[in-house]
Amino acid sequence: MLNRRKFLTSTAAAGAAGFAALHFTPAFAQDAPQIQIFVPAAPGGGWDQTARTIDQVLRSEKLISGSQITNVGGAGGTVGLPQFVNQWNGKGNSLMVAGMVMVGAIIANKSANNLTEVTPIARLTGEFEALVVPAASPFKTAADFVAALKADPTKVPVAGGSAGGSDHILFGLIAKTAGVPATNLSYVPFAGGGEALSALLGNQVAAGISGYGEFAEQVKAGALRLLAISADKRQDGIDAPTLKEAGIDVELFNWRGVFAPPGVSDADKAAMVTLIETMAKSEAWATECKNRNWTQILLTGDDYAKFLTEDTARIAAILKDLGLA
Amino acid sequence: METLNQLAHGFSVAFTPVNLMWCLLGTTLGTAIGVLPGLGPALTIALLLPITYQVAPEASFILFAGIYYGAMYGGSTTSILLNTPGESATIVTALEGNRMARSGRGGAALATSAIGSFVAGTIGTLGVAFLAPIVVKFALAFGPAEYFSLMVLAFITVSAVLGSSSVRGLTSLFAGFVIGMIGVDLQTGQPRFTFGMGELLDGVDVIIVAVGLFAVGETLYMASRRYAGKDEIVPLKGSLYMTAAEWGRSWKAWLRGAAIGFPIGAMPAGGAEIPTFLSYAIEKKLSKHKEEFGTVGAIEGVAGPEAANNASAAGVLVPMLTLGLPTSATAAIMLSAFQSYGINPGPLLLTTQANLVWGLIASLFIANVILVILNLPLIGLWVRLLKIPAPQLYAGILVFATVGTYGISQSPIDLVILYLLGAAGFLMRRFDFPTAPVIIGMILGPLAETQFRRAMTISNGDWSVFYTHKLSLTLLTLAFIGLAGPHIWAFIEHRRRRGPENVPGDA
Repeated sequence: MLNRRKFLTSTAAAGAAGFAALHFTPAFAQDAPQIQIFVPAAPGGGWDQTARTIDQVLRSEKLISGSQITNVGGAGGTVGLPQFVNQWNGKGNSLMVAGMVMVGAIIANKSANNLTEVTPIARLTGEFEALVVPAASPFKTAADFVAALKADPTKVPVAGGSAGGSDHILFGLIAKTAGVPATNLSYVPFAGGGEALSALLGNQVAAGISGYGEFAEQVKAGALRLLAISADKRQDGIDAPTLKEAGIDVELFNWRGVFAPPGVSDADKAAMVTLIETMAKSEAWATECKNRNWTQILLTGDDYAKFLTEDTARIAAILKDLGLA
Repeated sequence: METLNQLAHGFSVAFTPVNLMWCLLGTTLGTAIGVLPGLGPALTIALLLPITYQVAPEASFILFAGIYYGAMYGGSTTSILLNTPGESATIVTALEGNRMARSGRGGAALATSAIGSFVAGTIGTLGVAFLAPIVVKFALAFGPAEYFSLMVLAFITVSAVLGSSSVRGLTSLFAGFVIGMIGVDLQTGQPRFTFGMGELLDGVDVIIVAVGLFAVGETLYMASRRYAGKDEIVPLKGSLYMTAAEWGRSWKAWLRGAAIGFPIGAMPAGGAEIPTFLSYAIEKKLSKHKEEFGTVGAIEGVAGPEAANNASAAGVLVPMLTLGLPTSATAAIMLSAFQSYGINPGPLLLTTQANLVWGLIASLFIANVILVILNLPLIGLWVRLLKIPAPQLYAGILVFATVGTYGISQSPIDLVILYLLGAAGFLMRRFDFPTAPVIIGMILGPLAETQFRRAMTISNGDWSVFYTHKLSLTLLTLAFIGLAGPHIWAFIEHRRRRGPENVPGDA
């Protein structure tokens, strides 16, 4: 989804408040709270869909009476973040949807604000990435790909999402593990959702890296060959090894989670963690995740904060190697 | 034959009263948002995505398709009447359309754009139904090298809109390049010309530039010379719709526009803007009324680009329905709507979801008919706008431009940019620099740059890709003929007429 989301970030965002109030189900019990969700991206992308799905599930489970969604898009979330930090400070009933893309964007854009300023509530979902090649490619396994990369990285152009995004980061990590200097890599970034895919289908590049969902249908139809996925373990219904099984010690989820603003009380924070945990364990949430190919990787409160610190350090290191930070 | 059966089945899906109602709702809504600058089809569909929780897939896709086509119709209205393009694909329409409106032929401009949209939309939809598998093969053959060569060709052809002075035209074009460079560079992830402002990281929206230079600049210019002359707005002259001569000049332009728009729209990086530029340039070259371009407004210059943008809108659906490739923002959002139904759009979509896909294609035909019925009577109403006295009309345009720009991302910075560009547009108008090349440079420049750098990354710095790929070589050859051809031809004509013995120094 990265490509699609990055692409949409650049599309216009308007009249959000007016239209967002267009709910198609009546409000539920009055005693349930009302919440506000801040989306630092334009409507339609991955974070926006996460926000709208959270809203939908919370309401259908009668955990909230309704929610208001605000979109402030731009630059991988770094335009919206300062607004959430400054103007939403202390609002205990508010959530921001963000994810790994924002961690990378903060580093690459040298943003003045970062995610240590907001209050981590929960990591909700993740999308693992896929390494694919065109059906006609000589590479049959991930090992073939790595061998070619070791031989001459400039001869292996790889297509993916925007420079410094999760696809580029994964490519950097794979190369690093294989002992190939990141600066020699031939990475071809694409912005438009279908553009990277069309470069692969047209045999313009040697391989592609993006969210599994982006390639899944092409793999099923036999137009692309799936070499490996970046998940932690084998996935049901996906006939490919993980990168680790293929001998490349890399694991990566393009994760999405929710944050409360800075300065919320401990009680508000605890209540929000409980609310999101209840939602994440519901049947309705499981169904939505399944429909959208989101892997549930729930992690809440302090564990989430700890994960965030580690992931930020890992991303910062690889972006530095890639010459982007 | 099988296609016809499936299409017939599609019509049976689309022709239920409920689905017709969704189609009518979608087209009306689409026309409305097309009229407003800032609110585009992508955003409207994104905001309506929650509807997918409530209604059947067929109904919501029929609604979305109606919005998508409707916006393409509506976008031209403000371009023509107010010089304020609602969509980037209708920027070119403003060039001649607004001139026509100001010389009293606004009704004809609106009519040729509505009927041209219908003709091209229908041709495009037929293309989606019957030619999709062939067109998509051709589209995939386009790699970065081919795209770059296509851009070179586009640059050569659009030199037609540079205006009378090449120096002034090129100055404007390069100003467009600079504006287009603003933002994060896609190839390296580094910001360029952002001056440390986060709001500039995503670049400047082309709509803001068009509205600033065209509408705000024009308004300032009008205000500055208000006391110097009389009002320039001329109320309707002659027939409300098109005269026989105007029909005669329009129909070929519609067909040519559709022929350019559909295949380029189907290319993954084609888009809707490039075919409108190409169509405009071709119509200007072929027209027998060249003197009308840029003065009183030439109807071909509205008919061609309008047809091109509607045909390209249909073209975008080709990779989306055959391969699951979203090649525009709207297509990407429609694909995410598929996902909320648990349908994974991909190469198997046509076989696994035949009902849905053919219902959608059938509803596109219906949407086209509804749109032309909806839009033709509205023309009488729209042209009344031109009877508003100039001060009130231009004040209205300014308000409209401001609100629309704010609507794009609710960013006050955008408004500052709008007025800065408005001031620049005023100065350009005052000192006779054409504004259209700025927009062309801004759209084509970064595209050409990106494709060039991609091609070089993939080839590992080997320039030969541009002439060893057959398609790329063909396009470059065409560009060369376009550039040198007229000069060579003129030289031969000259020699033939005067005879070699008369050419000085040639004896």
